[in-house]
Amino acid sequence: MDAISDMPLLEVERLCVEFDTRAGVVHGLRGVDLSIRRGETLAIVGESGSGKSVTAQAVMGLIDVPGRIVSGDIKWKGQSLLTGDGPKRAREIRGKEVSLIFQDPMTSLNPLLTVGAQIAEVLQRHLGMTKTQARTRVLELLEAVGIPAPPRRANQYPHELSGGMRQRIMIAMAIACEPQLLIADEPTTALDVTIQAQVLELIAGLQETLNLSVILITHDLGVVAGLCRRVAVMYAGRIVEMGLADDLFERPSHPYTQGLIRSTPRLDDRMNRLIAIEGSPPSLLSPPVGCSFRARCPIAVERCTEQPPLAVVHPGASAACWRPSVPAWQESPPLEAALT
Amino acid sequence: MGAFILRRIFQGFLVVLGVTIVVFVATRLVGDPAKVMLPLSATDEQRAAFEHKFGLDRPIADQFVTFVGDLATFDFGESMWQRRPAMDVVAGRLPNTLKLIAAGLGLAIILALPLGAIAAIRPGGIADRITVFGGLFGLSLPQFWLGLLLIMLVAVKWRLLPTSGYGGWQYFILPAITLAVPATARLMMLVRSSVIDELNQQYVRTARAKGLRFSQVLFGHALRNAMVPFITLAGWEFISALAGYTVVVETVFAWPGLGLTAMQAIRHSDLFLLQAIVFTVAIGIVLVNITLDVIYKLIDPRIKLA
Repeated sequence: MDAISDMPLLEVERLCVEFDTRAGVVHGLRGVDLSIRRGETLAIVGESGSGKSVTAQAVMGLIDVPGRIVSGDIKWKGQSLLTGDGPKRAREIRGKEVSLIFQDPMTSLNPLLTVGAQIAEVLQRHLGMTKTQARTRVLELLEAVGIPAPPRRANQYPHELSGGMRQRIMIAMAIACEPQLLIADEPTTALDVTIQAQVLELIAGLQETLNLSVILITHDLGVVAGLCRRVAVMYAGRIVEMGLADDLFERPSHPYTQGLIRSTPRLDDRMNRLIAIEGSPPSLLSPPVGCSFRARCPIAVERCTEQPPLAVVHPGASAACWRPSVPAWQESPPLEAALT
Repeated sequence: MGAFILRRIFQGFLVVLGVTIVVFVATRLVGDPAKVMLPLSATDEQRAAFEHKFGLDRPIADQFVTFVGDLATFDFGESMWQRRPAMDVVAGRLPNTLKLIAAGLGLAIILALPLGAIAAIRPGGIADRITVFGGLFGLSLPQFWLGLLLIMLVAVKWRLLPTSGYGGWQYFILPAITLAVPATARLMMLVRSSVIDELNQQYVRTARAKGLRFSQVLFGHALRNAMVPFITLAGWEFISALAGYTVVVETVFAWPGLGLTAMQAIRHSDLFLLQAIVFTVAIGIVLVNITLDVIYKLIDPRIKLA
């Protein structure tokens, strides 16, 4: 986190992604702007279907039929990955300069190949290593991600390893070519809580030693706080709030972010009851005009039928809301009072 | 692995024993061998002499013991039609059938793997539609008709290849194609659907995220993982060819193999020869199944041999 250069590594500009389904066109991303610099850590939070994973897949060039990128641009070190020579360059940097860790380590590894072979594949593809060279590097990588007895583990198959081990293998694969950006798509969701902490610690450690930029995609706000400097909150295919993590948790601006934080249990807060955000996210088949959170927002006004831009609320924080920082959720009575 | 193979061989031995019992019952108890094998004009004395010669007048249990004892030494008695030991006839014909199956099934496998995999890249796309149509077409062609058609066109009309019989490589082409067409269709459709399944697996997404070339993802990951069902069907094709399809193809092309011999044995009411053929095919099926189990384990490390 100490060496953040000014040059943005990755820029996502007004990105729109659509999916063709039987029911019609699903507008998965509706104009997403993001940028991340070298060594920076960014969390993307939001509930299922908000477009977090689609954003990651678009960056990795993994949007496939029936999905397509409709408009917008993705730039890597200032050059577009979508136009001109971009797609060819995208194939070269994928897995080498940008890599991705998936949610479910149980199904993300090929069950019929040894884990060593699966890591070696990346090295052979991107660094042109021979089998023997790759083998040596694989053992180093396994060591680096904290897998005991690397020579033995490298020859094992995924089903012989635990979930946490498999996620470490995925991480070893992702850092094999010393990438500049690591995208972790809910890397701990499928793991036990104790293992979750270990895997997050590992990612944080690697982030520091390799000066990695990290995009962490999660729905778990607890995971964000320790690992990421900046946070983007997504809702219905858009970024609704973006800011520094500490600040955002302290004084969230967007009503949705406020609701999200208030609906997460905290050990150090015995006073406020958890709230539930009524209703469900809008269908992205025909997204509502204006602010997508309008229908569930307690402080919605006439003007919310107009889409609010992502505007600076206070230094280091911006929100897409006409009434930012207005407390949206009523202070509920303290728990003790409610029980008596 | 060794213990597993030994155990499977023992189980296979039981299967073969079961088959011999069925064959014994079907030939001795259901029908009367003397009636089947001797011409209608045979006198009662000739019939009695025949029964005595082959021990058919002895108690059935006695006959069974002798029958099983002979089997253990691969002695199936004399082929009435060929006038030499039935097993000699089988041993002479079996290699021809195996060569034909190797050519036909080899062709089918070589075609089915890439065609099925390419069709699976984009289900519903143009390559897929052509493949599916071709597959259904191939499945719908009756083998005897296809064989006759090939003879008529390629051998008789265009005079490119011999019509039938056994000889150099030219003789292999038409029978192998006839044997291969429906097998290719079945195998190709299976490769297509399994590769479609595999391409939707999460690990394929990982492979793509690693930046592997699409060909590496398709052939190195998806197709490789689709091999278990493929090997199962390929084994089934081998068994069905050995136990049936070659009968049709060899008859059409006058191919001197086991299938044609089975037809001739039936036509000549040559019970002992037929028994030898059935026994040989049964052993073949057992051996193929053991081989398949071993291949499964080599492909998929998760499979436990038991």
